Amino acid sequence: MSDTATDPDAAGAAKVPPLVVRFAGDSGDGIQLAGYEFAKSTADAKSDFMTFPDFPAEIRAPIGTLFGVSAFQIQFGADEVLTPGDRADVLVAFNPAALVTNLQNLKSGGVLIVDDSSFDARGLKKAKLETNPLEDGTLDGFQLITVDVVKRTLEALDHLGLGRKPATRAKNLWVLGLVYWMFGRPLDTTQDWLTSKFKKTPEVAQANITALKAGHAYGETLEFSAFPTLSAPRIAKRHKGKSRIISGAQAMALGLAAVAALGKRDIVYCSYPITPASTLLHALARFEGGVRTFQAEDEIAAISAALGASFAGSLGVTASSGPGLSLKTEAMGLGISVELPLLVIDVQRGGPSTGMPTKPEQSDLTMAIHGRHGEAPLPVLAPATPDDCFWIMIEAARIAIETMSPVIILTDAYLANAASDWELPDVDSVPDIDWPAVTSSGEEFQPFTRDPETLARPWVAPGTPQHAHRIGGIEKAQGSGHISYDPANHQEMTKARAEKVSKVADRLPPVELEDGAQDGDILVIGWGSTHGSIAQAAKELNAQGKRVAHVHLRHLWPLPRGLDELIKRFPRAVTAELNTGQLCSILRSEYLAPVTCISQVNGQPFHVSDLKSEITKRLEAPVS
Amino acid sequence: MNEMPVKDVKAFTANDFGSDQEVRWCPGCGDYAILKAMKTVLADIGRTPDDIVFVAGIGCAARFPYYLSTYGFHTIHGRAAAVATGVKLANPELDVWVVGGDGDFMSIGGNHTLHALRRNVDLNLLLFNNAIYGLTKGQYSPTSPVGTRSPSTPGGSIEQPVNPVRFALGAGAKFVARAADTLQTHLPGVLKRAHANKGASFVEILQNCLVYNDGAFGAINDRSQSHEATVRLEHGQPMVFGKEEDKGLVFDKETGAFEVVNLSDLASKDVLAIHDETNLVRAQALAELEQPGFPVPLGVIYAEIAAEFVEARGFSGTKSKWGRDELKALL
Repeated sequence: MSDTATDPDAAGAAKVPPLVVRFAGDSGDGIQLAGYEFAKSTADAKSDFMTFPDFPAEIRAPIGTLFGVSAFQIQFGADEVLTPGDRADVLVAFNPAALVTNLQNLKSGGVLIVDDSSFDARGLKKAKLETNPLEDGTLDGFQLITVDVVKRTLEALDHLGLGRKPATRAKNLWVLGLVYWMFGRPLDTTQDWLTSKFKKTPEVAQANITALKAGHAYGETLEFSAFPTLSAPRIAKRHKGKSRIISGAQAMALGLAAVAALGKRDIVYCSYPITPASTLLHALARFEGGVRTFQAEDEIAAISAALGASFAGSLGVTASSGPGLSLKTEAMGLGISVELPLLVIDVQRGGPSTGMPTKPEQSDLTMAIHGRHGEAPLPVLAPATPDDCFWIMIEAARIAIETMSPVIILTDAYLANAASDWELPDVDSVPDIDWPAVTSSGEEFQPFTRDPETLARPWVAPGTPQHAHRIGGIEKAQGSGHISYDPANHQEMTKARAEKVSKVADRLPPVELEDGAQDGDILVIGWGSTHGSIAQAAKELNAQGKRVAHVHLRHLWPLPRGLDELIKRFPRAVTAELNTGQLCSILRSEYLAPVTCISQVNGQPFHVSDLKSEITKRLEAPVS
Repeated sequence: MNEMPVKDVKAFTANDFGSDQEVRWCPGCGDYAILKAMKTVLADIGRTPDDIVFVAGIGCAARFPYYLSTYGFHTIHGRAAAVATGVKLANPELDVWVVGGDGDFMSIGGNHTLHALRRNVDLNLLLFNNAIYGLTKGQYSPTSPVGTRSPSTPGGSIEQPVNPVRFALGAGAKFVARAADTLQTHLPGVLKRAHANKGASFVEILQNCLVYNDGAFGAINDRSQSHEATVRLEHGQPMVFGKEEDKGLVFDKETGAFEVVNLSDLASKDVLAIHDETNLVRAQALAELEQPGFPVPLGVIYAEIAAEFVEARGFSGTKSKWGRDELKALL
């Protein structure tokens, strides 16, 4: 980091490797809340970070069960942090089930904080344990700290006279206090937040703050000096301007608000609740202008209403996840046929069918590119980071309007929920989004004449005088747009619709390798949310003297110009994808290039260590 | 020289609302009659074709937008009400009409009909009910009576048909009316009332399919016999029917049902039911009246003023009050 060099503290701090903390407990234990507060405190400490909320689909699963475990992981450090980290340095487990399901996420020798209040026969049985892991040697390789958190919290809150149940609910704050102590973090940000959050119930605020402080004080009594350096403040001043914590979903919502602001037109967002896309609807519904939100009766109604809004001259936007995208395909075909702009956001999750609703996967790529009846191409984009989620909405809107086409944006359950520190964009430096001006030639309006440059048809909304026209899903005559079953016309229109989409690539910046690399012994091709993992793996391998290049595709269709040549410049090319090789197949069929694939479909982001070993394996294999 | 188009201020005639497209319905189709009535109504309403949108799904009826000079969107099967809702969200100032058949409205798109009605989106929803699937060559539809023989039910259909008026009332519609294709002195008035209502206006138009279901509505849309088979509802007026206006309906408060009476048998006409289109219970009883045995009610069956969805959401116009300053504040 160039600007950290000027910071007196940075040089020392940067030598400390990044640290990973993971909280795991029942989905009703307030794990995500504790995690988010820890992230805020991390931002205050000027560390860079990336979070990974890893939770089940069940809202409040039966207490203590394996399937009810919710986890939150954060990696932070003085240097740039690209991923939430592979394995944790510190794991907090609130019950036996959380311990069983998360122990694999703790580094050997790592610090393990266990709330032992539910390690009785009943708790062990719920976690399907025959012996107590606190006693049977399972945890021998870790630095174990056992505390009866429930008891300690109740003791701390005893004088407040709250009763057992409400007092127990503050146990996540007690643990957070302990973890804050461990990393030398001040308590004020969380205290202030609690005070304002529970303004109307000051006794609840008081209870939570008391628990937080009690946990922190408990740390002082621990004979714990495993990480003496952890208490040193780490400083990574990455940003020149103001910054805030942002998740991918929040960034997308702000991106859509930006589209409205830059276009000076309200946009219309229509969706039907589905995990993990609903957070976008929630965020947009809170805005006080710019985006007209509509919770439709189903997925089909959502995209239909969005398309209706686009017909009426607004920009229609819809979002869903895999099952919903399946339902929307017919209407997407209509959008392609009538050539209207439309944004379709797919927050991908493990499939097929209901699959793993809260877990990320990148398995809708082929469907996004090809999954419609008829010849129905459309542009497909994928943001790489939470920050990019903001910018890609603006870019997708420009492409949709310039091309007069639906555009699919592929994100996933990880990217939607993962949060990082975000430098606020300089809004004034972003050009307007131009809504096409309507002019009158005096002749009869022809809705399917094409711009010679983009091949887009004119977009004229109802209400525009002297331009009334009809559009529909039946094939239209080039130019007039009248119903046409003429064979030559259908051939011509099919070609025009494909060329129009293909021409998007002409307007894209040339494809470039990450980190300014020029060549290497292997090219790793990624797309979407895997950016951080791949970038980190390449960085670490290159630090070891390997020659790994990384290209990350934000545009999946049309593919960027020059990608074919770029791939063929390398002796080895491999995609890394959270599917069974969908981009790989596309590259092979498009370019006849011998691309292979690093595939993972376990509902988790890539671990950097796994990627490193897979890439190394391929580097060691002879070039075919 | 290209210029910004300006609004036409001339008065439009019924003919001005016809498009240059050749009409492709079968000769004798009831849809021609509805199209004719619609053009008259649009001319009477007095807005320019530029401010009117027709949205349709798929089916014979759904070709309607192509034959008008207004803006039109021929969409996909069943989804017209949802598309039209989006049109209204984006630009609440447009007059939006939704046209579909019994397949569009009551079968594949039944869900969207339900929700457009209960939300009370300002749409004029016209169900052209011919009780058959015409464009796919004559299969029974959800409004076909039990026993309908069709290519997919050679032994006769066994399903209980849906009653669209009952459906609409059940969905919480605030404006429900019924008309018939050939009754050209009656249909335009119903369409105008539908347009005047701010909210979702549901109109079932009984429409004859000459090819696959000729005479499905019997005497109702046979102009010479219609008055015997229908009762024309007028708000505040007694429910009288028959060519000679010699029959009427009385409402039995005990059973909550109507009875047919001969006026000549009555000591006083005061016992006749007076149509109150704001009375939901009466409207529900009217929805049950079917041939044979009862005259089929035509006209505005139920009308209640209620908050319109898009307006209630606070959306107006097309421009945004949202700019860079608001965005910066949000960030």
